[in-house]
Amino acid sequence: MTTPEDLRGQVRDFLATHDPSAAGRLEFLRARFDAGLAWVHYPAGLGGQGLSRDLQAAVDAEFAAAGAPNNRPERNGIGLGMAAPTILAFGSPEQQRRWLRPLWTGEEIWCQLFSEPGAGSDLAGLATRAVPVDGAGWVVTGQKVWTSSAHLARRALLVARTDPDVPKHQGLTYFACDMTAPGVEVRPLRQATGEAEFNEVFLTDVAIPDTDRIGEVGEGWKVATTTLMNERVSIGGGAAPREGGMIASAAAAWRANPGNRTQGLHDRLLRLWADAEVARLAGARLRQQLAAGQPGPEGSAAKIVFARLNQEISEFEVELAGAEGLRYDDWTMRRPETVSFYGRDVGYRYLRARGNSIEGGTSEILKNIIAERVLGLPPEIRVDKGVPWKDLPR
Amino acid sequence: MSQATDTSATPTATASAGLPDLLYGEAETELRAAVRSLFEDRCGWPEVLARTETAQTYDTGLWRVLAADLGCAGLLIPESSGGAGASYREAAVVAEETGRAVAPVPFLGSAVVATAALLAAGDEDLLAAVAAGTTTVALGVPFPAPPGARPQPTVRLAPGESGYRLTGTVAAVADALPADVLLVPADGVPYGLYAVAADAAGVSLAPTVSLDMTRQLADLTLTGAPARRIASGETADRAVAGALAAGAAMLASEQLGLAERCLEMTVAYLKDRRQFGRQIGSFQALKHRAADLWVGVTQARAAARYAAACLAAADPDSPVAVALAKAACSDVAVRAAQECLQLHGGIGFTWEHPTHLYLKRAKSSSIGFGTADRHRASLAGPVDLPGAAQ
Repeated sequence: MTTPEDLRGQVRDFLATHDPSAAGRLEFLRARFDAGLAWVHYPAGLGGQGLSRDLQAAVDAEFAAAGAPNNRPERNGIGLGMAAPTILAFGSPEQQRRWLRPLWTGEEIWCQLFSEPGAGSDLAGLATRAVPVDGAGWVVTGQKVWTSSAHLARRALLVARTDPDVPKHQGLTYFACDMTAPGVEVRPLRQATGEAEFNEVFLTDVAIPDTDRIGEVGEGWKVATTTLMNERVSIGGGAAPREGGMIASAAAAWRANPGNRTQGLHDRLLRLWADAEVARLAGARLRQQLAAGQPGPEGSAAKIVFARLNQEISEFEVELAGAEGLRYDDWTMRRPETVSFYGRDVGYRYLRARGNSIEGGTSEILKNIIAERVLGLPPEIRVDKGVPWKDLPR
Repeated sequence: MSQATDTSATPTATASAGLPDLLYGEAETELRAAVRSLFEDRCGWPEVLARTETAQTYDTGLWRVLAADLGCAGLLIPESSGGAGASYREAAVVAEETGRAVAPVPFLGSAVVATAALLAAGDEDLLAAVAAGTTTVALGVPFPAPPGARPQPTVRLAPGESGYRLTGTVAAVADALPADVLLVPADGVPYGLYAVAADAAGVSLAPTVSLDMTRQLADLTLTGAPARRIASGETADRAVAGALAAGAAMLASEQLGLAERCLEMTVAYLKDRRQFGRQIGSFQALKHRAADLWVGVTQARAAARYAAACLAAADPDSPVAVALAKAACSDVAVRAAQECLQLHGGIGFTWEHPTHLYLKRAKSSSIGFGTADRHRASLAGPVDLPGAAQ
């Protein structure tokens, strides 16, 4: 059984032959991938060693201690958190070899072309069409929206309709779309915070080779579900120390501003602190369940709680800030490379947190999922059930 | 819509490292099965309800089986004193089951609170009798007493007597009615913790008509009652404080079990009941309430397990852990029972339905060993979030 110490030894051996200061950054990262030290829970030959996910921390820490460059995971959250597990689960061996290494090293950023103006919570109703051409591939036309990183991405996870004559879930197929292909146009989508983390993506007769199809034709919903489950895990399931995350800045502001304190705010802060700490414990318990091989449905609770807490904590913090809470740091239209709650003023956190209960599945849809799949309550009555997609009113 | 928050490729182990095991172990799962099976056999809600209208609100026969035959009275007591040598992790599981069944047994008062006091006082004779399941004990403090503050003693040593004699009253004591021995904190020189036989002359336990008759409270009056000192000064203080902390933590687990049971009953009813030609559980307004409750229970469980694990390991974070657990579980248990009543509609409001037993136990427990509000307020010092200047 491989231990963290074994892996630290492997990292030291690797560093002995690959000097991080001498090698180029990319060469170093590629070699690390090839040595199976990228993500140890991935299979051998694909950057890993088929080990438990828990063991990765020891590897990352050892590389960080040596001052080695990392793969800047914050720049490729969708690639690492969603594309990679989807490719691993449904991609062909050839696709896995072709895509996973540049994905992990950060050479190729990925984005996600799922939502559309007419298909948000009802994602399976999406209208982007993929039409087969001469057995060689597909031509895709449609409009996608809420695409973070589209302006930086080399590739996209794409779901498109390949058969409009069957009910909506059955007529979908999953692709990887080359974002540099002719016919792909990316336009910024400015949001309430003033900046544009997201994009609209217009696809006009974009050619996609059949070798870039992920999963079978008509299986797109099944593949997309895997991607979305990973999205919810990565949004709600991050590990943090006590008083980490959004509560950290609220607590720091409280300590720094005795003059702004009131009894009512104190009660709210203690409630938020306690709820945030309990949510952290619940996240830790979820990870313990996963590590013990008892995956539970608790992950879907984590995202709901995370969104609610971020919103309530930032609401609190704006009020605590008093006059300072009336200022906003910057309304300039910007295109951030990464999105972070920190390093910006409280007004930004307040506005950005409103999106937390919408992105990656609204809290309302997540409650439907909990009610139906966890509690076994009867499904929503569906008027679109069994109806061919082309006949649905829209 | 896509993700837009801070992410990292691999969740680091920093958070879970350092946190104790928050899951249930194999022994705990077996213990749960044994207790649940006992309660299913002998503690159905119709029996519980019927008993609340008798003079014997505690089921002493059931308690004897739980305490002696299943060994639950001595869970926290070391094997060297005749106990099971288990920990708060196991006791928490039994507490969850007593909450699920709204069981009228003094597990919390005797096997947790008073036992914790005896362990701190080091009273071997009483510990052995408790472990054997032959003696039931209760700590003579008001049920709402929170941990962290010494309850204002309302009992004094009567001066000028031979031996120790106690005089005074303690209102609203939980699990005192079935107790053979009462452990009473009393002022004197010095402050101490005294054991008083419940049947001794000068001891009167008056049952109160309680909000929760599945854990009926009693007012204790001592009039020169003969007593034996089991701890004094700081040891007595430590014994009482530790007992209240243990009580709050295990009551949190009891509330967790109660909340879970209310959620189960609610979900079952939402599937069963039809109106407007459909199962009412297909209405989103009701589904979302059930889902919210489930989310609350997942959070409360993590808090309750953390508190049990901290107490089991005598972790210095125990005060924070206990406060978090009692606050989270008090809120979710009351909410679960209230939602259970509302989502059952008219039937849930009747005497013939078990919900009111759960509601009363939940509300009463939310006050026992400190309200959620009080527990959250107690965090201000330990986590350095001082209040507004007065």
